[in-house]
Amino acid sequence: MIAPDDEAGIAAAICAAVANREPLSVEGLGSKSGFLRPVQTARTLSTCNLTGIPLYAPQELVVSARAGTTLATLEATLAEAGQHLIAEPPDYAFLDAPAQTIGGIVATNLSGPRRIAWGAMRDHLLGMRAVTGRGEVIRSGGRVLKNVTGLDLCKLFAGSYGTLGVMTEVTLKVLPKPEATGTVLLWGLHPEEAVRAMSIALGSPYSVSGAAYLPQEAAMVMGYERPSTIVRVEDFADSVTYRLDRLATLLGRFGTVEILDTAASLSLWRAVRDAEPLPIQPDDAVWRVSVRPSCGTSVLRAGQSAGLFGYLDWGGGLVFLNGPPTGEAHAAVVDAARHANGAWWLLRAPESLRRARDAVPHEAAALAAIRQRVVAAFDPAGILNPGRMFAA
Amino acid sequence: MIALPLPKADVLIRRDAVHAGLRVLLPEGCVITDPTRLKPYETDGLSAYRQMPLAVVLPETTEQVAAVLRFCHENGVRVVPRGAGTSLSGGALPLADAVVIGMMRMNQVIEVNYRDRYAVVRAGVTNLGITGAVEAEGFFYAPDPSSQLACMIGGNIGMNSGGAHCLKYGVTANNVLGVRLVTIEGEILELGGTHLDTAGYDWLGIVIGSEGQLGIATEITVRILRAPEGTRAMLAAFEGNEVAGACVAAIIGSGIIPVALEFMDRPAIHACEAFAHAGYPLDAEAMLIIEVEGSVAEQDWLLGQIKEICAGFNPISLKVSQSAEESAAIWKGRKGAFGAIGRISPDYLCMDGVIPTSTLPMVLRRIGEMSVQYGLQVANIFHAGDGNLHPLIMFDANDPASMHKAEAFGAEILCLCVEVGGCLTGEHGVGVENAI
Ligand SMILES: Cc1cc2nc3c(=O)[nH]c(=O)nc-3n(C[C@H](O)[C@H](O)[C@H](O)COP(=O)(O)OP(=O)(O)OC[C@H]3O[C@@H](n4cnc5c(N)ncnc54)[C@H](O)[C@@H]3O)c2cc1C
Repeated sequence: MIAPDDEAGIAAAICAAVANREPLSVEGLGSKSGFLRPVQTARTLSTCNLTGIPLYAPQELVVSARAGTTLATLEATLAEAGQHLIAEPPDYAFLDAPAQTIGGIVATNLSGPRRIAWGAMRDHLLGMRAVTGRGEVIRSGGRVLKNVTGLDLCKLFAGSYGTLGVMTEVTLKVLPKPEATGTVLLWGLHPEEAVRAMSIALGSPYSVSGAAYLPQEAAMVMGYERPSTIVRVEDFADSVTYRLDRLATLLGRFGTVEILDTAASLSLWRAVRDAEPLPIQPDDAVWRVSVRPSCGTSVLRAGQSAGLFGYLDWGGGLVFLNGPPTGEAHAAVVDAARHANGAWWLLRAPESLRRARDAVPHEAAALAAIRQRVVAAFDPAGILNPGRMFAA
Repeated sequence: MIALPLPKADVLIRRDAVHAGLRVLLPEGCVITDPTRLKPYETDGLSAYRQMPLAVVLPETTEQVAAVLRFCHENGVRVVPRGAGTSLSGGALPLADAVVIGMMRMNQVIEVNYRDRYAVVRAGVTNLGITGAVEAEGFFYAPDPSSQLACMIGGNIGMNSGGAHCLKYGVTANNVLGVRLVTIEGEILELGGTHLDTAGYDWLGIVIGSEGQLGIATEITVRILRAPEGTRAMLAAFEGNEVAGACVAAIIGSGIIPVALEFMDRPAIHACEAFAHAGYPLDAEAMLIIEVEGSVAEQDWLLGQIKEICAGFNPISLKVSQSAEESAAIWKGRKGAFGAIGRISPDYLCMDGVIPTSTLPMVLRRIGEMSVQYGLQVANIFHAGDGNLHPLIMFDANDPASMHKAEAFGAEILCLCVEVGGCLTGEHGVGVENAI
């Protein structure tokens, strides 16, 4: 493993790899190296030694961190000034390593429950430095909150799984942590009823920042006896009290309403964020599906019919599924997602399944051609994570 | 003046053939070649630059856009997509050898889905038209450029436009779920959809803000949001830019993120008050418009907190709007700022730099010094929460020396923005203006 402690070292490693035609696996701490398709290379290039927070200006809502800085370190720094990462990045219970780097979080564009109200990691990436597969250092964006100078490469790199370049530093917009968090909880709904309730909550003027549904099995993992529909509000304490009251009235027609306080809400939503309600066995596959909210139920039911477990976040628009890593289960998930015109990721599975199947949806031919041109522009020799996102 | 690309002589010679070719592809009345009817398309919001195009086409469907692009591509003819032509950076400025593709006839709202909170609209629907289509149900489309009455969602996609409320709600890129894009080869691509996260590469993110260089957006799926229970604005007037800037930092540092936080300097206050009669404080050197949202009780509480913070910066006056009409007048002044400056000086350059907010006092001081040095007046309007600064440089376009000075002044301001850690353009785009 090559783990340089500065950007020049990353560039040198990539130049050497290009010269020797020796592809590299790119990672931070490797917590998500089992996501998407397997990459087979002799060497691994890691950003884990690129650490530090060169800029943090709380009053300007901006922080820059070197790519290898752990999420925990970054969050602790922000917490000292009462701030946090807006997209609430998850720390999935099924990761392969105990810690994640911020570079890895951005490169996989993973966001938590708050995504539905406040945007994804990609929405808050203001700037970055990266080394492309040509060994060139590039900068895009900056350290200010708005910037439309030139193409927004930040968006292209967020979610690119290290296939275009190795991000060495990221600059993110941050926000103050809310003073209070509260949850409205409804018991025992069917998935369709739950999504309707969440839709009403999200269509209300009460700034809902989380809406999830745990079917029976997921609820039981969380220690609840019945399916649970949960709706979150975060803000100043008086606002939270007021809005929970309003939401409770609005959702009263769906049955008895329970209210959770800040402490209970924080731990529940952390679990939802981290996919803890999935009853995962060691060899299970995990899928993540993004669809329009009202289609979440059909994906969930298709998964259940194929013997999978799952739950809904984002008001129904994000479906987590887990279960035996069979080709049939995979096909069921993919079909359901395609039927709903949605996106899906095979987040984790044994190598055999990941090698045999697509890990993200196929693009239309015209788009695939553009993709090949773009990837070739950044990484002409195919050095960085070859085959990670799409089979070569 | 900025030199525009030289027209291709071989295209100019084929003018008639190009016109004929376009007429075959489009219905009657959709191809404009008559000079008097081409005239309205010769410029955009950067009106110091003018250029008659080879032709203007007004397609009515995605397929027609594709046919035109294929034809132009095969015949080596350049194209310039155009929405409402409000670009302040010359993004929609024609070229002598180019076909302007005007999107205004594609102005239909296709679908509104409140359950899943999205709307599908064609590129020629105006920004405010989207909100207009959903406001009866209490929803709105969040990005609100001051030009929202005229500018079109396709142009917003081109420029990744923002507005006074993007501190909370984000800019265009944060509010678009899907785009149907026609490439220069005439291929029709579907990017994104009605879901939140896309798998694979984020093509939407690249296309939004690409200024029409990657293709033409014909159909756009946007997120619609439920409007808050209410909003209320307040005005805070200060003795100097420095204290006003410090007050902005203190508000954000306190953990309150107002939904809008706008700054105006003295010349801007005077120009806007003369236009909008909003009760702006004429004795102030700097003024903040601060807006909060929520129920009446939530508004009261937030405004109370903000007033307390402002009180620490020796304000000349603090005035909370007492009615919807008063709030509307406050925003009329701000959103009409460019027009208001236009009443004092028919010609002005609107710059669009972004700076780290902490550098505002220093940057404004330097701009003031430059104003004296160039002998040109300047008014400053600033999206204070996100650091996007609009200095409006007033000049006389009939005097080439004045125009030259204005451009040099503008360039110096942008250099300063970059020098302090910011960037050249926050929301108006690179266009021709910044592409020097
Ligand atoms: C008074 C005034 C106030 C303004 N206030 C703001 C503000 O507050 N915030 C802000 O961000 N901007 C503001 N602007 C700038 C301008 O309104 C925006 O850039 C707006 O988005 C342009 O929209 P338009 O429809 O006029 O597009 P145009 O000016 O016609 O075109 C803009 C760009 O987009 C391209 N384009 C147009 N349609 C398409 C399409 N369908 N597909 C692909 N590319 C396309 C064009 O080629 C061009 O490069 C203001 C302008 C004025 C005159």
